[in-house]
Amino acid sequence: MKLGALLRIALRALAVNKLRSALTMLGIVIGVGAVIVMIAVGAGAQARVEEQIRALGSNLLLVMPGSTTAGGVRLGFGSGSTLTEDDVAAVNREIPEALAAPALRGTAQVIWSNSNWSTQIFGVTPEYLDVRQWALASGRVFEPAEMAAAAKVCLIGATVARQLFGAADPLDQSIRIKRVPFTVIGVLDVKGQSLMGTDQDDLVLVPIKTARSRVLGTASAARNRTVGTIWVKVADGIDTKVVEEQVRSLLRQRHRIQPGADDDFSLRNLAEVMAAQEASSRVLALLLAAVASVSLLVGGIGIMNIMLVSVTERTREIGLRMAVGARTRDILGQFLVEAVTLSLIGGLAGVGLGVAASVVIAELAGWRIVLSPEAVALAVAFAFVIGVFFGFYPARKAARLNPVEALRFE
Amino acid sequence: MLIHTRELVKVYRMGDSEIRALDRVSVDIDKGEFVAVMGPSGSGKSTFMNVLGCLDRPTSGEYALEGRKISQLAGDQLAGVRNRSIGFVFQQFNLLPRTPALENVELPLVYAGLAKKQRQEKAKAMLERVGLGERAHHHPAQLSGGQQQRVAIARALVTEPLLILADEPTGALDSRTSLEIMALLQELNRQGMTVVLVTHEPDIARFARRMLAFRDGRVVQDET
Repeated sequence: MKLGALLRIALRALAVNKLRSALTMLGIVIGVGAVIVMIAVGAGAQARVEEQIRALGSNLLLVMPGSTTAGGVRLGFGSGSTLTEDDVAAVNREIPEALAAPALRGTAQVIWSNSNWSTQIFGVTPEYLDVRQWALASGRVFEPAEMAAAAKVCLIGATVARQLFGAADPLDQSIRIKRVPFTVIGVLDVKGQSLMGTDQDDLVLVPIKTARSRVLGTASAARNRTVGTIWVKVADGIDTKVVEEQVRSLLRQRHRIQPGADDDFSLRNLAEVMAAQEASSRVLALLLAAVASVSLLVGGIGIMNIMLVSVTERTREIGLRMAVGARTRDILGQFLVEAVTLSLIGGLAGVGLGVAASVVIAELAGWRIVLSPEAVALAVAFAFVIGVFFGFYPARKAARLNPVEALRFE
Repeated sequence: MLIHTRELVKVYRMGDSEIRALDRVSVDIDKGEFVAVMGPSGSGKSTFMNVLGCLDRPTSGEYALEGRKISQLAGDQLAGVRNRSIGFVFQQFNLLPRTPALENVELPLVYAGLAKKQRQEKAKAMLERVGLGERAHHHPAQLSGGQQQRVAIARALVTEPLLILADEPTGALDSRTSLEIMALLQELNRQGMTVVLVTHEPDIARFARRMLAFRDGRVVQDET
């Protein structure tokens, strides 16, 4: 018997009990819809992480001062001040594949006219913008003369610009940071939220020397030319891990650390940190896919259940078909096609539901979603396989009926 | 010789006891005969019909249909014999519900693998032959009992079988309609069709030209 003919029989049989068919499909509809949503959300999260890595640069190393111990109390990384501008200069001099930029961080109140805003102040060098791949929306970066003279100039992030200036143009305006007047020479491009959810546009950049002497510094910090963190960008095409080891041994040598002793700084490869986060989002997607599989399984059992009912109800019809010449494979095919039709219609409805739900989630929760044809194909294939798998037993039961008993069935 | 049976035995097992539904039945039926099979319930007449109709296999003995030994065929081969050589008419008509008369008549041709156009032509011609050409697109629910049985007869005839097996064909009909259906079967027989009829009503059996009476699995009477 041809597939088209079997399909017509199946559709006619399913149309007889429309409500029952629809309810049976519901499990598959929800299951397939869940698969679509999970894959869309999972792929969206993954795409976002990948985008962050691209934005941050997969070739970044972050050096932070090591922990210090004060009276037996061990403080965390970054509590010490073991890194200096001389370390930065040494890295730039000794390792040609690396571009190092220091940063000194603090918090301060900034004031313009009658508005004020608490934000993070970073003392940096012009290389910092290269390393972080930050661009300017307007204005210019620090000039070497300004760096050397600890000039009172600053670059402000988009959030600070909005909070202080509103619609006004911040360029060449004078803002006060801890009562010290600074001239705004540039506004940074919008970078949005970081992976951790912090606002990357809520900051002010000043020359590091200025930061140390005028804003954040203490007398001893000024003397030792210490820095808070060092960002190291590895040149394109160079293995980050190799440069990581070069930086580590250079700093150990400069800090006179004995072989076997712990580093007095912490060196992190940002690509690895990001990759770990990506892996965790993948685990989440897998977990959600498992939840979806359970609903598909339950939907499949529902189909098997209803097909068994259908076979029993139509025992006489099966007997008649056998009497007029249906072979085992004709009956098997008829009920298998019916089960698969049921699950495929459910699957297609599920795709519709899943796509709609994904779009709604994207709108309401503001999550990024990625709808791929592969995910749709996968979900429909799932539905098909479930139809075949759970339809086979009832269909075989029908095909194995004894025609005499089937015809006599009341 | 169309039907040739020798020493047909059919044994059913019911728990511990054995039931001999057929006990060494040897019957020959020629082409063109009109045979009524009679007997009380449990006499073995239905089992005999099921064996003749290739719906059931005998436990032992021999059954040949137009010289072909049926007792040795496998399930799907039996389905082929039923499809090509036997037309069934049942007491409850057994039409597919919510399916037009024409498609019901087409059904055996679907399993024979005929193309749609040929199926429809043959089914249409057969419906006209039983006097229902006008009702081809009616569903069973829209037809009277007699009309439904006519559709079933058209379905039995559509593959041009060797014989028609009618199992209590008038059991669900009133007496006037019963006579019409029997007249139709008689007419078909006059045109050369072999008809084997199972009934327990003597009035119906009178339409046949030969009568086989069963009791306790055996043929106890065979008269023309």
